[in-house]
Amino acid sequence: VSVSLEEVRRIAALARLELSPERAQVAAGELSTILAHMEVLTEVDTEGVSESLALGVVGPATRVDEGPPVVLHASISAIAPESRDGFFLVPRLATHEDPETTT
Amino acid sequence: VTGPRAAVDASLARAHAVRAGSDGLNAILSSDESHARAEADDLERRRDSRQAGALFGVPVVVKDNIATLRLPTTCGSRILEGYVSPYEATAVARLRAAGAIVVGKTNLDEFAMGSSTEYSAFGPTRNPFDPSLVPGGSSGGSAAAVAAGITRIGLGSETGGSVRQPAAFCGVVGVKPTYGRVSRYGLVAFASSLDQIGVVAAGVGDAAIALEAIAGHDPLDATSATVTIPRYGDAAGDSLRGTVIGVPKEYFPEQLDHRIRAHCLRALEYFRSLGADVREVSLPNTSLAIPVYYIIAPAEASSNLARFDGVRYGLRIAGDGLRGMYEATRSRGFGPEVTRRILLGTYVLSAGYYDAYYRKAMQVRTLIARDFTRLFAAGTDLLFTPTTPTTPFPFGAKSDPYDMYLSDIFTVTANLAGIPAMSLPIGRVDGLPAGGQLLAPAFGERKMFAAAFALERALGGEAHR
Repeated sequence: VSVSLEEVRRIAALARLELSPERAQVAAGELSTILAHMEVLTEVDTEGVSESLALGVVGPATRVDEGPPVVLHASISAIAPESRDGFFLVPRLATHEDPETTT
Repeated sequence: VTGPRAAVDASLARAHAVRAGSDGLNAILSSDESHARAEADDLERRRDSRQAGALFGVPVVVKDNIATLRLPTTCGSRILEGYVSPYEATAVARLRAAGAIVVGKTNLDEFAMGSSTEYSAFGPTRNPFDPSLVPGGSSGGSAAAVAAGITRIGLGSETGGSVRQPAAFCGVVGVKPTYGRVSRYGLVAFASSLDQIGVVAAGVGDAAIALEAIAGHDPLDATSATVTIPRYGDAAGDSLRGTVIGVPKEYFPEQLDHRIRAHCLRALEYFRSLGADVREVSLPNTSLAIPVYYIIAPAEASSNLARFDGVRYGLRIAGDGLRGMYEATRSRGFGPEVTRRILLGTYVLSAGYYDAYYRKAMQVRTLIARDFTRLFAAGTDLLFTPTTPTTPFPFGAKSDPYDMYLSDIFTVTANLAGIPAMSLPIGRVDGLPAGGQLLAPAFGERKMFAAAFALERALGGEAHR
């Protein structure tokens, strides 16, 4: 398995990660090495084997769909990096951005 | 010590003693000593006015990826530095309801991704037996704290062995309950089909009391099971006569440290002498567990960790617009191992690779789980193996990521199959602890505890020599 630099950039973009050229190069090598160890799985016969497994409980537990489940001991403004009137504030979307005025 | 206040004072004094100097453990990331003392005083005052819980006045530590009120919940990551949860994990609430007092939050590999606690953004935890060695991970802080005598009980979390492996490296008991046995409400998600809160404890009895306190259904966790909780502590009186203990040959490879093997064989002799029927068995798909685990766990992590984007909590670093903010925050907030696993997970889930890696891994996971089901259905009650292939290793010894992943070789299978497992001390190798592992069918913790109690009693001081 060889993961190319281009693939690492594509994956990083999907994962919303910014990698320096050096870090991307290192990541390509590391991913290739790690994935080489996974190759052994291709030799396993999994014809007709289910890919879902019932763990622990048989079927999910349910509860009545009402109200907020717990009282929060802090407000949004206490934990959010930026908020106003109970809303989270985020930078403007790129398509709406005016390069002169964005922060 | 007698009484909650004396117990908390002793625990905090011990924490101070082992923190000092350049060889300090760095097991505890945060603690609110005056609040812990006030809670102890409060318990003291109400001692007679209400029924004392099973953990009345018992100091405990909690891994820092489990939400607590007041104390920060950082997951050992810069991205959550200083974050204080607005709610409390059910497991913590249940410990407190039983009378326990949280005296500190413990160090871990960032987001529980690691096997040595070297990947914490707040520095590594050291092994109480030798400060040049790792305590194991990812619950290295809880294991080191219990081993150093700060508390007798600590909460940890397991995704692939993160309680059992550090417990083995630090000479204490570590329990990974059945998937669904303990509520995960308030546990910061890493890999949701594998994660489970577990217990680190000074002895089997402490572990039994703690698990009993935190186990049981919780409407706030859809994966928590509505299955009766047996009295695990009562398993101390159960006989092993007729119990079939399987010894899977795949867990005793040639590379296994021969002294760990010898300790395992001694433990098996004790099981035989107590009336257990010890048999060699086979779990043929064992060698596939690490590749399967390191596809599934990073895949789930890449999705779970998408929530850390600088919007709702934690770190925010400004970038070019919204997307730039996401990328700047995540790139500076996550450390190298977390970044590596997010990349790996995103890769195996991406178009063109999903079938070859993720789907295939899920199918092989089914085969691994079937190995266990088949053995248990055919009359094997429990399995016994070493917990780790080696004793604790020095800092920096595993610079190749895959080499580090192999530390989990005997523990990941229980997580993949969703079954309970525990590690307990079975002897020393050059003065360093070695752990033996018991595995049981889903919700078979009581029988697992019965064997653990019996072995602990039979080994006595030999477990620590």
